[in-house]
Amino acid sequence: MIPLEHVLLLAGVLFALSVAGIFLNRKNVILLLMCIELMLLSVNFNFIAFARHLGDLNGQIFVFFIMTVAAAESAIGLAILVVLFRRRKSINVEQLDLMKG
Amino acid sequence: MTEVVINAADYAAAAAEIFVLGAICAILLVDLFLDDAKRWISFALTLIALVGAAFVTVNFAVDERVTAFNGAFIADPMGDVLKLFAYGTVGAALLYARESLQQRGLFKGEYFVLALLALLGMMVMTSAGSLLTVYLGVELLALSLYSLVAIERDAEVPAESAMKYFVLGAIASGMMLYGFSIVYGLTGTLQLDDLAIAVREVGPDKLGLLFGLVFIVAGLAFKFGAVPFHMWVPDVYHGAATPVTLFIGSAPKIAYFVLAIRVLAEGLGAMVESWQGILIVLSVLSMAIGNVVAIAQSNLKRMLAYSTISNVGFILLGILAGTTDGYRAAMYYTFVYVIMAIGSFAMILLLSRKGFEADKLDDFRGLNRKSPWFAAVMAMLMFSTAGVPPFVGFWAKLAVLGAVVEVGLEWLAVVAVVFSVIGAYYYLRVVKLMYFDEPTEEVEIQAGGTMRALLSLNGLAVLLLGIFPSVLIELCARVLP
Repeated sequence: MIPLEHVLLLAGVLFALSVAGIFLNRKNVILLLMCIELMLLSVNFNFIAFARHLGDLNGQIFVFFIMTVAAAESAIGLAILVVLFRRRKSINVEQLDLMKG
Repeated sequence: MTEVVINAADYAAAAAEIFVLGAICAILLVDLFLDDAKRWISFALTLIALVGAAFVTVNFAVDERVTAFNGAFIADPMGDVLKLFAYGTVGAALLYARESLQQRGLFKGEYFVLALLALLGMMVMTSAGSLLTVYLGVELLALSLYSLVAIERDAEVPAESAMKYFVLGAIASGMMLYGFSIVYGLTGTLQLDDLAIAVREVGPDKLGLLFGLVFIVAGLAFKFGAVPFHMWVPDVYHGAATPVTLFIGSAPKIAYFVLAIRVLAEGLGAMVESWQGILIVLSVLSMAIGNVVAIAQSNLKRMLAYSTISNVGFILLGILAGTTDGYRAAMYYTFVYVIMAIGSFAMILLLSRKGFEADKLDDFRGLNRKSPWFAAVMAMLMFSTAGVPPFVGFWAKLAVLGAVVEVGLEWLAVVAVVFSVIGAYYYLRVVKLMYFDEPTEEVEIQAGGTMRALLSLNGLAVLLLGIFPSVLIELCARVLP
């Protein structure tokens, strides 16, 4: 069996990668959405690893809810992206600068 | 594995939520069969749903804390009062927004349903008994708010605001969730009641728990809009349509307050020393940056956004005291702030008309000439937000400062007073513009009767609650024993 620490480490690395991806990425809004998805999935890793380790079902149930919410979240994110693209003809992150102050 | 039993008492505890959910489905369906001329029917149904929800909440009100659905759901007097206040706020936000929505072509069923869904999210957060319910409530509220910001589909700026709000909000939820997963792993429970006991057993200064706590507080600060997680607040307030800004700036603050109470004070109460330190930093930074940057703004919506940030700093002051008095003061401050914020944003709507938005500070020049009464209402709102007696904002500030001094953090109270004096400058600047400057244009206020009546009531509430402060204070003391 894979030890708990290894799974937690994997989840932590994935989480850090996704946060870094959001802040370093200057090109494309779709990459942001992918990073957000990765973030939620890394949390799922954590929950499943702990649920297995503790022998407790609640963590696994939580994962189902996170997946459902993640689906709703992507739907809304992509919808906003479509609205943005229709007006701008671009999804460049650097061009999101209409407001100043 | 124990058998899961759900009985009638569980449904009674969640009656208001079930009612609102049913109303949302009904309004969605009815709205399908209406043409634009009859859209007022779904608007009326939405308001009836709010009144109905208030009836259900009062009918099923509890005298003491009741847990339902195997601990996932809590009904308590605090939750009932906060829910009633949330209905009122959402109702006022919809009534204020009506004319402006009609002018923008946004007077649609989607808007009302999203507002009710956001309300349902707040209600679930208010009654959350486990980390899972907390998360679902937070997301339901957040997803509705993202859609509300983006609802003006043909404009460019709202879409950009919505995108920023969405990305930063999603990071916040992700961080909070990561914190939840770690706390769950170390304590083995998701339920807040059990969590409070388990944290004591594990030891509140265990490194892993602190690690999880930092993520939870960061996510919470993002949602609240506390510095250094405030970047989204000005852009969203500025970019969203004013009726939406009015909504986002008011009711959700109630839900984020109760989120802090449920997770930090109830669930992680044993770790008070750890989160107190983090909240002190967040609170001081929020008051400093919010008040100082607000001075440089020429757009009223942006100025009010920074004002929100500084007021969040004050709400956090009450929470970080970590005592019942502190929580009461924070609750009182939240109520008062919501009343003042909704009034200030409604003033922008009052002066706006079709094709013109009065969101510049210059648009308030010489308001006294055009309408002495509404200039007085705005002056009362501004004086109150600045914390000048006898208005209610003064008592709210006094309550949180008292709570902070009580736990021996006198220096923090001094810092807060200094920053609120700095903040008074930009509130009073609005008053100066209204009374001592010449109007830039001579157009009469065109807003309708409901708007005028509600805004007058709102202004009077700020004054009357200030003259009789004990009404709200005693209410807070009664529900937070």
